Amino acid sequence: MNAGPNVPGTVPLLQARGLNKRYGRVTALDHADFDLYQGEILAVIGDNGAGKSSLIRALSGALVPDAGEIKLAGKPVAFRSPLDAQAAGIETVYQTLALSPSLSIADNMFLGRELRRPGALGTFCRMLDRKAMQRIAREKLTELGLMTVQSINQRVETLSGGQRQGVAVARAAAFGSRVVIMDEPTAALGVKESRRVLDLILDVRARGVSVVLISHNMPHVFEIADRIHIHRLGRRLTVIDPKAYTMSDAVAFMTGARAPIDVAA
Amino acid sequence: MTDIGTSRPAAQAFELVLDKGESRVAEFEVRARSPLQKLQHFLHANPTAVPAIVLLLGVAAFGFTVGPRFLSMFNLSLIIQQVTIIGVIGAAQTLIVITAGIDLSVGAIMVLCSVIMGKLAVTMGLPAPIALLVGVGAGAGCGVLNGTLVTRLKLPPFIVTLGTWSIFFALNLWYSASETLRSQEVAKIAPLLQALGTPVNVLGARFTYGSFFMLGLVALIWFVLNRTAFGRHLYAVGDDPDAARLAGIRTDRILFSVYVIAGVICALGAWALIGRIGSISPQAGQTANLDSITAVVVGGASLFGGRGSIIGTLIGALIVGVFRNGLALSDVDVLWQEFAVGWLIIIAVALDQWIRKVSA
Repeated sequence: MNAGPNVPGTVPLLQARGLNKRYGRVTALDHADFDLYQGEILAVIGDNGAGKSSLIRALSGALVPDAGEIKLAGKPVAFRSPLDAQAAGIETVYQTLALSPSLSIADNMFLGRELRRPGALGTFCRMLDRKAMQRIAREKLTELGLMTVQSINQRVETLSGGQRQGVAVARAAAFGSRVVIMDEPTAALGVKESRRVLDLILDVRARGVSVVLISHNMPHVFEIADRIHIHRLGRRLTVIDPKAYTMSDAVAFMTGARAPIDVAA
Repeated sequence: MTDIGTSRPAAQAFELVLDKGESRVAEFEVRARSPLQKLQHFLHANPTAVPAIVLLLGVAAFGFTVGPRFLSMFNLSLIIQQVTIIGVIGAAQTLIVITAGIDLSVGAIMVLCSVIMGKLAVTMGLPAPIALLVGVGAGAGCGVLNGTLVTRLKLPPFIVTLGTWSIFFALNLWYSASETLRSQEVAKIAPLLQALGTPVNVLGARFTYGSFFMLGLVALIWFVLNRTAFGRHLYAVGDDPDAARLAGIRTDRILFSVYVIAGVICALGAWALIGRIGSISPQAGQTANLDSITAVVVGGASLFGGRGSIIGTLIGALIVGVFRNGLALSDVDVLWQEFAVGWLIIIAVALDQWIRKVSA
């Protein structure tokens, strides 16, 4: 499976080999492998407890694996924190969204990478450029078309679940320069809002950014994914081409009802 | 993949009917709310509104019952003098409480620092500015110990500062040999230590440099909390530390530095304390710990973190000052002043719980 028909390039942009992570007696990652190519949408599917989230957390720096290697554009990287992954151009929408409820939408969009005022005010007083941040946050949300926000200074705790998800998705899409990882980005969204997020994922890919999509929504996965990574029992079972397999095939693989013929190395 | 971004795949079959449906997406609906709900929302959006209203009501009530003796410029400015120490220490406490922590050692740090400043300048004869600097350094050192225990050993702030409260207080008794430096001595040898007690008369009102120092400190902290990334990160860490970490904030670094900053502010509070009481006593400022928490809580901050403002704390300190002063002028026994302050705290926390339940 090193060069399937849908693989856009030959050197993986983000690659993991033999990732291991144990929590006491529970094995979350068991020699997991992962390959993501430039400009593709890779869906990651798997049953509950298969270790999808642990894999994603390892790739986004939120979890430090016990063993294994991660390479970005062929170079080994060791993410100690989400900050390291962000610095490498990898943005993540976590299932928990990672928003601060008591801060405003604009504050949340720029949390951890605030813009400072130009000149002495910014350099010496470390004063924030709130106008610029509010403007950009408004633009990004409008681009996404996910919601009509009354005020960009509204606290996130006053937003609905779907609107919060919109803020988290917009943040990742705005700052991800190489990889955007989305863990169940449409879980809290309605039909129309989900469609907007899928469009956004395609837009992100059109910018040449790779997308990792974790989702339980099989129709969505089969609709937009270039390749589908099937995770089972803490490791990659196989990678399939959505055009060559059906949804029931994928479900059969991920639940163990059927073994794939071409098991990935 | 040559067609990247140029064509949209066909939508799912069940989505084809969407065109006929509502085209609006997740708009804010404006629901009819009862007056009580409107109030709840208003208070939720404006956390300092409650303390501000209570302060105005308190001033009005005592102005009505006690009369001009309470409302005179002299008495009102006296209240500001009386809350100087609580205001400064409360500022330190506010920063900690915003991160969902609590610092029970603030009073002990203040007293320890004042004793160090006094001993160095008055007993050992070092130049007063150096004594001040060493005192501030000691405050920072106390903060480093608190911050290290909270972030490295991951101990709850309540337990850490309960322990360091005793430790700092014992060090304070040991270093001072339980002796008080008299005001005249301090004034003769190191007048700089009493500088913040210098009175300033403005139109019949009597302030001290300490009052202005407190207001300046509050203004500075307001700027940091609301106009710098560090301030925003404090709220984020207090709100949800996991979310803050995932968003790329170094939460441990933020927490550590907030305890160090609190230690430094307490040392500055020590300077204000010497100015206020003149003498330097290892037994001074005993009530500062709980008073600072009272000011923060009455000022609308939440002990669960993520909510609170420095202006609220200043108002909270003033509320306590106004109640104490007003009740004293009404010839109410000190024990009933304590009784009233106790109810203030409980009502403030009950209000906070109610406001937090606001429906999104």
